[in-house]
Amino acid sequence: MISLSLIRKSDLWYSFTRSRSAMVAAIVLAMLILTAIFAPLIAPQNPYDPAQLDMWKSELPPIWDQLGEWPYVLGTDTQGRDMLSAILYGTRISVVIGIASVALSLLVGLSLGLVAGYFGGVVDNLLMRFGDVLLSIPTILIAILVSTVVRQMLPPELRDVGSSAVLVLAITLSGWVQYARTVRAQTIVERSKEYVQAARLLRVPARRIMVRHILPNTLTPIMVAATLNFGMAILTEATLSFLGIGMPPGQPSLGTLIRIGNQFLFSGLWWIVLFPVLQLCLLVVSVNLLGDWLRDALNPKLR
Amino acid sequence: MLVFIIKRIANAAMVMLAVALLAFLIFRLAGDPVELMANEQMSQADRDNLREKLGLNDNFATQYARFVVNAAQGNFGISYRNNQEVLGLIAERFPATMELVLVATFISLVVGIPMGVITAIQRGKWYTESLQFLSIIGVSLPSFVVGILLILVFSVSLGWAPAFGRGDVVDFGWWSTGLLTSSGRAALILPAIALSLYQITLIMRLVRAEMLEVLRSDFVKFARARGIPRWRIHFRHALRNCLMPVVTMTAMNIGALIAFALITETVFQWPGMGMLFIQAVTFIDIPVMAAYLCIVSFIFVFLNTLVDIAYAVIDPRLRAR
Repeated sequence: MISLSLIRKSDLWYSFTRSRSAMVAAIVLAMLILTAIFAPLIAPQNPYDPAQLDMWKSELPPIWDQLGEWPYVLGTDTQGRDMLSAILYGTRISVVIGIASVALSLLVGLSLGLVAGYFGGVVDNLLMRFGDVLLSIPTILIAILVSTVVRQMLPPELRDVGSSAVLVLAITLSGWVQYARTVRAQTIVERSKEYVQAARLLRVPARRIMVRHILPNTLTPIMVAATLNFGMAILTEATLSFLGIGMPPGQPSLGTLIRIGNQFLFSGLWWIVLFPVLQLCLLVVSVNLLGDWLRDALNPKLR
Repeated sequence: MLVFIIKRIANAAMVMLAVALLAFLIFRLAGDPVELMANEQMSQADRDNLREKLGLNDNFATQYARFVVNAAQGNFGISYRNNQEVLGLIAERFPATMELVLVATFISLVVGIPMGVITAIQRGKWYTESLQFLSIIGVSLPSFVVGILLILVFSVSLGWAPAFGRGDVVDFGWWSTGLLTSSGRAALILPAIALSLYQITLIMRLVRAEMLEVLRSDFVKFARARGIPRWRIHFRHALRNCLMPVVTMTAMNIGALIAFALITETVFQWPGMGMLFIQAVTFIDIPVMAAYLCIVSFIFVFLNTLVDIAYAVIDPRLRAR
């Protein structure tokens, strides 16, 4: 267990154990993600399986209400869908889309930023101009337009199945510029340092210099940005689904659940909207608290 | 100086040309406009006529050039959905969105600045720490969630404020305002709060960070030595030195706020540009989508350029760049 003791001795772990909010956030986030991953084992019902939905059990309030019924702990919606199960499965979709879009925008942003910063010149100019244009359009607008247009380009029978992929693409396109800029700025600083010049003299191929030598030195600010962007990605997905251009009602994410629940806001069925809202808040707040802590912990000025 | 201004404006124009290209590409990618506009009974000859009339037989560059020239004159074509001029549709709803955005900006300044000052000067007290913690939650809550929670508490449970619509409006030429009627003001409260919450937390954090820096400077120490009362030092001398970045951020964020208003408008059924855009998205009404994209980006780029030029006028060091 060498790696574990290494982690225990690191500065980051020390600062983690000193920060109460970071620890609480990490525990909450771990629980949310674990229950989402194991949703099929924990959830009382499979909300995607119409055979398991019981119309007689629809619109049940939560269990602590007099009319509540076991095992529908958080009540049911108008289709007789168990809210707890729907939320667990919805969190699963939200988390998967969040992770996938952060990973994809990291891949795109890091490689473009490295190439632009290392080679400079025309490539650099073109990429950064393109980035400028994207930054002059509000991100939510890019995400809405990309997901609408790409969905429109898909054949109709693929539109529902492909919606998660479309969302990942839309969030990636609105988010990669930030990584590319950060890495590019750092790469330009690192490029002129002696270790890079030494590697060049030794005729190390450019790709190897970029990936093995420069990239590791740019990762600190990227880690913070990636954590905060994970929260942003979940929010963007939820917003798109809420607006009706994200996940379809057949595979509801948290945003879709809130969209569905929003229709019953005035009919007294408050639990259909409130619980997905709380779950979404819990998820994003814990991610952002961790990101906030990470930013301070990795900031050399604050040490 | 003049060179700087010209350069900056040319840059903005380039960005707008690129945005127009993106808007134009939406037309190209989202399918054949003739198919989207035509109804079932339309004959092939009618379709060909329509295609010729829309200029779809010309090459890419010609079509793009025509799009840019038309867009610059405010001609964004005719909506696929209800056969009205796109510009007229947007102009009709523009006042509602601007009113919402400006009121939200006002609220965020009035609430955010004092909160920032207090969290900076009372650092370490339990209430400022909890405000700081709450600000992270404020940043994390998506605006549609804030809207739903506000409706749930203040409209459904307490019944204090209406949850949708704009109330009665008064017309001044092409501008309509809800600020002059009581139902208009009541309808504005919840959406404006929902839209301003994120902005409040941003301004509060910015003012706090700036204040902490200014309070360490010599002139504040000197003011203390002169025996000037505390509140006067904080609110007159120190705060004044923090306001520059706040004004900048507020001006730059108005563009983003217009875009974000589309979410708030959807939640509160507010009849603004954003709701028009979302309806256009559901019906794939591309002229409206493209026009909205161009107009919002134009406001965004315009304000950014204005702020940059204003900075250069105030601070000569920035002109060299």
